[in-house]
Amino acid sequence: MRKQLLAIGCLSAAMLAATPALVQGLPSIKSTTVDLPPGDSMFPGGAAADAINNNCLACHSADMVLNQPALPKATWEAEVHKMIHVYKAPIDDADVPAIVDYLASMKGAQ
Amino acid sequence: MIPHKLVPSSHGVDVRHSFAGAALVRPLSRRSALRQFGLAGLSLFAASALAPAMADEIVGLPLPSGPRERPTTHDFPQKGHMILQRTRPPLLETPMEVFDRGVFTPNDQFYVRWHWAVIPNSVDVNTFRLAVRGHVNKSLSLSIAELLKMPRVELAAVNQCSGNSRGFYLPRVAGAQWAHGAMGNARWTGIRLKDVLDLAGVKAGAVQVRFDGLDEPVVTDAPDFKKSLDIDHARDGEVMIAFAMNDEQLPLLNGFPLRLIVPGWYSTYWVKMLSDIEVLDKPDDNYWMAVAYTIPDTPHANIAPGQTGVKMVPINRMVPRSFLTNFAEGSSFPASTPSSVRGIAFGGDNGVARVELSSDGGKSWRPTALGKDYGKYSFRQWETKLALDKGNHALMVRCTNLAGDTQPASPNWNNGGFMRNVIETVQVAAA
Repeated sequence: MRKQLLAIGCLSAAMLAATPALVQGLPSIKSTTVDLPPGDSMFPGGAAADAINNNCLACHSADMVLNQPALPKATWEAEVHKMIHVYKAPIDDADVPAIVDYLASMKGAQ
Repeated sequence: MIPHKLVPSSHGVDVRHSFAGAALVRPLSRRSALRQFGLAGLSLFAASALAPAMADEIVGLPLPSGPRERPTTHDFPQKGHMILQRTRPPLLETPMEVFDRGVFTPNDQFYVRWHWAVIPNSVDVNTFRLAVRGHVNKSLSLSIAELLKMPRVELAAVNQCSGNSRGFYLPRVAGAQWAHGAMGNARWTGIRLKDVLDLAGVKAGAVQVRFDGLDEPVVTDAPDFKKSLDIDHARDGEVMIAFAMNDEQLPLLNGFPLRLIVPGWYSTYWVKMLSDIEVLDKPDDNYWMAVAYTIPDTPHANIAPGQTGVKMVPINRMVPRSFLTNFAEGSSFPASTPSSVRGIAFGGDNGVARVELSSDGGKSWRPTALGKDYGKYSFRQWETKLALDKGNHALMVRCTNLAGDTQPASPNWNNGGFMRNVIETVQVAAA
């Protein structure tokens, strides 16, 4: 009787193992360490880019900004103010016009 | 070439350990960044940031205006050939040809999108813990080993950025200038969120569940990225906590070790490196729910450019889309020869009912054959044979889902560049 129960137990284990949720072996989840590229290229433009290089690169790389289409200067002003007021970028007030001017000259609407 | 030691770099970081056992990389403080920038002498750096040393090649995206060029890269960990939209925090786009190779998007070419640059670059699965807390009977701190013992589920689902295809918006809008590759389809394996919530015991009066991951803003008082779902949605049995995609552990940049899966909803809710689940007894008013990722409460989230005073709501369910994958914009087509035309479609929050093709600018539509059905949230491949006379042709593809929603003929517009699902057109030249 005990043998029979054991056999039934083995059988049901095998049947359970045939259901999709259980046949799948445990995926191996291994600790992971990676290196991320630094994204440290500077905004081009020499001295005109000083303000944007000094204030903006701590939080994000330059490439996405340079990928933006031409946008009105008012849009660039709004973007810079969003960075300061919403995303808390520690940008000196005195640098704001230079950053907006840089963006408008690089990415201003035609 | 930039002298290496003068360059501010995320390698110049303080490493600290979070409660969850993950090493966090905190970029330079502003002061030290300034010091290093100052030493570097800014006028030295005239080289374009668009052509970094890491670029493998430059590709052109078929956007309505420039810049269209993007470098491609192999330089991101656990990632193959990707289109580089932003290096830090990473925005990596999947090249369209990847969607032609199969219904599932390979992990190493699955798109990547992060909001904040403080991303743990190391996660120890033995010390990592998922917290469940808030309006529950019993707070939990669950290890990966404990989660792996829970009943396991698997689901094929499309993960798509809210702003996928934003680069095609006219007038153009600010934000990641994606073409169509901020999406992917994977088999997600994990556990039901419902089961985890039941383990903690949700108290009466719960309204929403809020999700937070290990990523953090660089500036400490900036809004941490958190997203919430209504309690009934969180407990619907479909929302998952995934620990594997396409039968492998998640690439770190796709949310290792745990990612929330919200089938049929935009990716903004699919919180990566999920470490904290908080049951709320009042609606979440955090910035990322109340302001960011909100859409006009109008059909197709559509408004006129410049229109104001519109009620805004959090973005939510996805809508149907379809793409041609074996002919790129402007490519040549063999004239007068029946040729295979194929691609992928998805129904948004519902299955694909049909995909149709037009070769006459949308005047007439022909059915296509659908590939294997992997479930209502998955990509569905489609294919048909088409012969074209010599000349230029506009090929259009249109998906209708099982709820009867069809892609619209004209594009939507909103300030965020969200929820594009207009019928896409590819120009080909038959010769």
